[in-house]
Amino acid sequence: MSAQPETEEPMFQAWDVHKSFGSVEVLKGIDMTVAKGEVVCLLGPSGSGKSTFLRCINHLEKFDRGEMWVGGHRVGYRPHGDKLKELNEREVAVRRSGIGMVFQGFNLFGHRTALENVMEGPMVVRKEKRAVAEKRARDLLGRVGLADRVDNYPSQLSGGQQQRVAIARALAMQPEVMLFDEPTSALDPELVGDVLAVMRQLAEDGMTMIVVTHELGFAREVADRVYFMDGGVVVESGPPSEVLERPREPRTQAFLSKVLA
Amino acid sequence: MTPVTESPARPAFARDARVVVPTRHPARWAMAGVILLLVAGAIFQIVGNERFQWDVVGDYLFAQPILQGVGKTLMLTVAAMTIGVTLGVVIAVLRLSPNPILSSAAWAYSWFFRGTPLLVQLLFWYFLGALYPHIGIGSLSWSANDLISPLSAALLGLGLNEAAYMSEIVRGGIMSVPPGQAEAASAVGMRRSQVMRRVVLPQAMRVIIPPTGNETIGMLKHTALVLVIGYTELMTSASLIYSRTYQTIPLLIVAALWYLAISAVLSVGQFFIERHFGRGFSNHRVSRKGSRAARKKGEAVA
Repeated sequence: MSAQPETEEPMFQAWDVHKSFGSVEVLKGIDMTVAKGEVVCLLGPSGSGKSTFLRCINHLEKFDRGEMWVGGHRVGYRPHGDKLKELNEREVAVRRSGIGMVFQGFNLFGHRTALENVMEGPMVVRKEKRAVAEKRARDLLGRVGLADRVDNYPSQLSGGQQQRVAIARALAMQPEVMLFDEPTSALDPELVGDVLAVMRQLAEDGMTMIVVTHELGFAREVADRVYFMDGGVVVESGPPSEVLERPREPRTQAFLSKVLA
Repeated sequence: MTPVTESPARPAFARDARVVVPTRHPARWAMAGVILLLVAGAIFQIVGNERFQWDVVGDYLFAQPILQGVGKTLMLTVAAMTIGVTLGVVIAVLRLSPNPILSSAAWAYSWFFRGTPLLVQLLFWYFLGALYPHIGIGSLSWSANDLISPLSAALLGLGLNEAAYMSEIVRGGIMSVPPGQAEAASAVGMRRSQVMRRVVLPQAMRVIIPPTGNETIGMLKHTALVLVIGYTELMTSASLIYSRTYQTIPLLIVAALWYLAISAVLSVGQFFIERHFGRGFSNHRVSRKGSRAARKKGEAVA
């Protein structure tokens, strides 16, 4: 959970990332560094660009300028002269397979049972044998507390259960980094705890995690560092004990006072 | 409202459980009776009218040329639908392409083949030799008369026309799958073709199957149009007989009875295919293992 010594290459690095949707610039030069095993939470009001930034990391969204490296690779691009050239979709797919992602809306494959959802990636992308994929899938579903739900379809599971299956599905690819895009925002309040507990366990097991969230309690307790974003820039970053308890920037203070009110 | 004053103990009469009598619907039953009478009358009229020549119908129902025609009709339906579905998927994917030329070409295809009568298209393919006596690339060339037979013209006409309709059905199905599904599949590391094959199309099938069933039953009957180019399927076979014997009506009845029987069989097939692709979505039929496990736990299914 604690950050590695500084000599080691960071697991994730971004500098000067810009992105526009049409004429609206939503990311205005973001820098970020995440060490191996570190848990980083991105906080900020909606529209601040934090989800867009997260989606750029595994190239679900393209950025216009800047650099992003995950585990020693650029994800969607390769250098071409003094520019970056987009990789073809096959190469992008290979890089993505090492980055797990959990969505706000779960996005479980509706035509597959929980077990099949978790087995799908390893079998299709990594061409793993069914028996191998199934063993790991059962193990992972057990770890997220759903051993008795393996044969249920997503429509038969509660939101919290679906999100835990989605976490297992992402883990099945044995990713180096896990991205969470507001994983609890679509859940009924009483179901949030189960999902956060799984994420907390994951953090304790040493997974590198980048989490967009509104759960300040989770950020305070689990994150090594938090980034507060607003209007496409990082306003303030640091350990949660500083940013959340003693924010320096007025925008951070205003946001926190609204959220905690 | 005045407060209801009642002793805390429930009144004695509430203790006998009473049998519930559902509402009666006498008007409905009267209507049903009228319809039964009408149907019985119609059957009596049709069976009793000897100008239908039921004996001739019976003679030809299982006659060799008719049975051969049934076989060819089935083959034509299956082959034309196979061409239509395969090409329809390709055109639908092109139509959804971000490239404007690809999507316009797909749009133009549907516009052309849906916008001209099938009968005209069949005749055009059959008389292709009048436009292009030789068909081929470079030194590889065949005489159009060798390539275009009644069968190949029928397959081209029916299949290419069907592809235009199927592409719209497939496109609707693909668009019915929430974009998050494709996103999640990409995030796992699937390539675009895998996303389509493994995640999007299987779920689109739920929306695609019912109208495709209609298309198949429609195709079964559209095959009768190849009468104009003389491929001896069911309708042409029947017409060859009645043009010789002048027993037109009984032979049309023979053909109609076969079309009815085959479409009944196809409807049954559609039921099973719909059930297969509805898994995970229908409330009635979910993974049997899964629902049993859920019931065992005694938990409400969300």
